[in-house]
Amino acid sequence: MADTKVLVFCEVQRGRFKKGSLEALSEAKRIVGKAGGGSVVAVAVGNGVGDIAGELKAYGPDRVIVCAPDWLEGYNGEAHGRIVAEIAKSEAPTAILVTATLDGKDLAPRVAAALGVTIATDCTAIDSDGDGRLSVVRPVYAGKAYATIKIADTPQVVSLRPNSVPVAEAEGAAAVETVEPSFGAGDLRYTVKAVNAAKTEKADLTEADRVVSGGRGLKGPEHFSILEELAETIGATVGASRAVVDAGWRPHADQIGQTGKTIAPTLYLGFGISGAIQHLAGMSTSKCIVAVNKDPEAPIFKAADYGIVGDLFEVVPALTEELKKLQADG
Amino acid sequence: MKVVVCCKRVPPTDARIKVASDGSGIDEEGVQFVLNPYDEFAVEEAVKLKEAGKAEEVIVVGVGPADTAAVLKNALAMGADRAVLVKDDAGYRDPLSIARALADAIGAEEGVGLVLCGRQSVDQQSLAVGPMLATIAGMGCVMDVVKVEVGDGTASVHREAEGRSEDIEVKLPAVLTAQRGLNEPRYAKLKEILKAKKKPFAEREFDFGEPRATIEKLSPPPERQAGKIVGDGPGAVPELVKLLRDEAKVL
Ligand SMILES: Cc1cc2nc3c(=O)[nH]c(=O)nc-3n(C[C@H](O)[C@H](O)[C@H](O)COP(=O)(O)OP(=O)(O)OC[C@H]3O[C@@H](n4cnc5c(N)ncnc54)[C@H](O)[C@@H]3O)c2cc1C
Ligand SMILES: Nc1ncnc2c1ncn2[C@@H]1O[C@H](COP(=O)(O)O)[C@@H](O)[C@H]1O
Repeated sequence: MADTKVLVFCEVQRGRFKKGSLEALSEAKRIVGKAGGGSVVAVAVGNGVGDIAGELKAYGPDRVIVCAPDWLEGYNGEAHGRIVAEIAKSEAPTAILVTATLDGKDLAPRVAAALGVTIATDCTAIDSDGDGRLSVVRPVYAGKAYATIKIADTPQVVSLRPNSVPVAEAEGAAAVETVEPSFGAGDLRYTVKAVNAAKTEKADLTEADRVVSGGRGLKGPEHFSILEELAETIGATVGASRAVVDAGWRPHADQIGQTGKTIAPTLYLGFGISGAIQHLAGMSTSKCIVAVNKDPEAPIFKAADYGIVGDLFEVVPALTEELKKLQADG
Repeated sequence: MKVVVCCKRVPPTDARIKVASDGSGIDEEGVQFVLNPYDEFAVEEAVKLKEAGKAEEVIVVGVGPADTAAVLKNALAMGADRAVLVKDDAGYRDPLSIARALADAIGAEEGVGLVLCGRQSVDQQSLAVGPMLATIAGMGCVMDVVKVEVGDGTASVHREAEGRSEDIEVKLPAVLTAQRGLNEPRYAKLKEILKAKKKPFAEREFDFGEPRATIEKLSPPPERQAGKIVGDGPGAVPELVKLLRDEAKVL
């Protein structure tokens, strides 16, 4: 239906749009395509986003709306939520897509509730019909089941797990429009007093395309250096099991699993991880899973696409060497 | 001030989940429901605030079927003062509807300064009910909180976000969602469990209206193709890299 209109919140981090937002934008194009017409509206929020908003045009939105009050530095869930809700109220879209990063998970429910509609979060697939009505799939019970959900409310608010749908470039001649919020910094109920940002250019764990993950088999925090080196070689982000985090070897932010981060990278490499159900909950939607464990009975081998039974202290250096060789050969 | 904690009943994280044969939900036969682990952090924090003299009363509220009473009683045994159960027998309830029912129950209380939720339920894992509830109730909301200090009309909290952590000051009343690391939940002692049986327990009704979202089907996770053991030890590495490049095409 031509009145299908999908609004996509495009998240910015360190001056760049998140890949997950480009995935959402691409998905929005597909929804509109299936509906036989309609429009995609990209929304970007925060001081300075106007400078980079033009980059979104390569993904085919019909319009780009920017709200960049100078008082809004960095992410503030309440401010961002109210701004996106204001834009959504005036645009009256049929669907709103957000990437399910931690900020996206923080934002989307605020927007949906402000519009008086429900939400389906962290979806791994979206299907749509000729009327732009969505049917989404989301893992529940820590990935032990998948729920297919149909939302009756309009707009249909959905957050999409990063790395779940492909990015597709598309023609778009969108002009960038600018709007102002109806409120100021003084109207907010919370203020961010200090931000301690990790000093890294690495992709965040939840969005990383490749993840190298270590478990108790590493025997101590000092041995993570071999995983760091492997990760460096293939541009991966390092993660960990909860046993490792509980032992204080790695920060809590590195934990993958039911009570840690949910990840869906193209490649997951797990070393010295047994593969407890709660760990699998966080990484089982990875596209390709590789496990190295000295115990051939370790449950992680059941979830893995490829496994090596062996001592990680021998396998990891060999793997790093082999990958370096591969890169040198081009 | 009063502190409200939102408590959900969930299957334990290590429970086997069997999808009901008609795909409408899970087979609950034999499942021993527990208090959502993140809600335990929230209850613990609320009880600590009471012990520190910052809260007068801790009220636990749950939306769900009759046996939700058991997990609310757990929370009472941990030190909460009274419980409110909003009866709901729907197998699946969308996050906004749950948030509305909770907001309705909280709205019936006077002097609520803080509402604590878990960051996520381990069954629906929406990470949505807390911020939705806050938006409906007109309260501020900070998610993924690992430290809380209640001051005069405000709370200073520390939260974890992606690739960063933040210090935030939020006006009260507010909703905070508890992340792991906030505290170590206590085990209820037998004496407390017995005492909990006598604590006030109220039931409420809520008119949910038409469903806002429905589960069309619940399925077991997609089967992964059986993986292959490439070999033993470092000798298997060249073959693994070849497979990753040529077969899986991920390098
Ligand atoms: C409520 C709850 C929530 C939880 N949430 C999470 C979560 O979010 N994430 C998570 O990861 N866990 C979680 N857990 C914990 C989970 O149950 C496991 O205890 C944990 O994942 C185990 O971590 P591990 O695999 O590193 O350690 P272990 O289970 O001890 O496994 C270590 C593995 O290393 C192998 N190994 C040892 N030495 C070597 C070597 N030299 N070379 C190769 N292999 C070697 C061993 O064979 C073994 O398989 C949770 C548990 C509960 C109860
Ligand atoms: N049915 C419910 N009853 C009470 N609290 C709930 C319910 N569902 C969710 N919550 C609260 O909201 C939090 C987040 O849940 P969810 O949005 O489902 O991930 C939980 O940790 C609870 O604190």
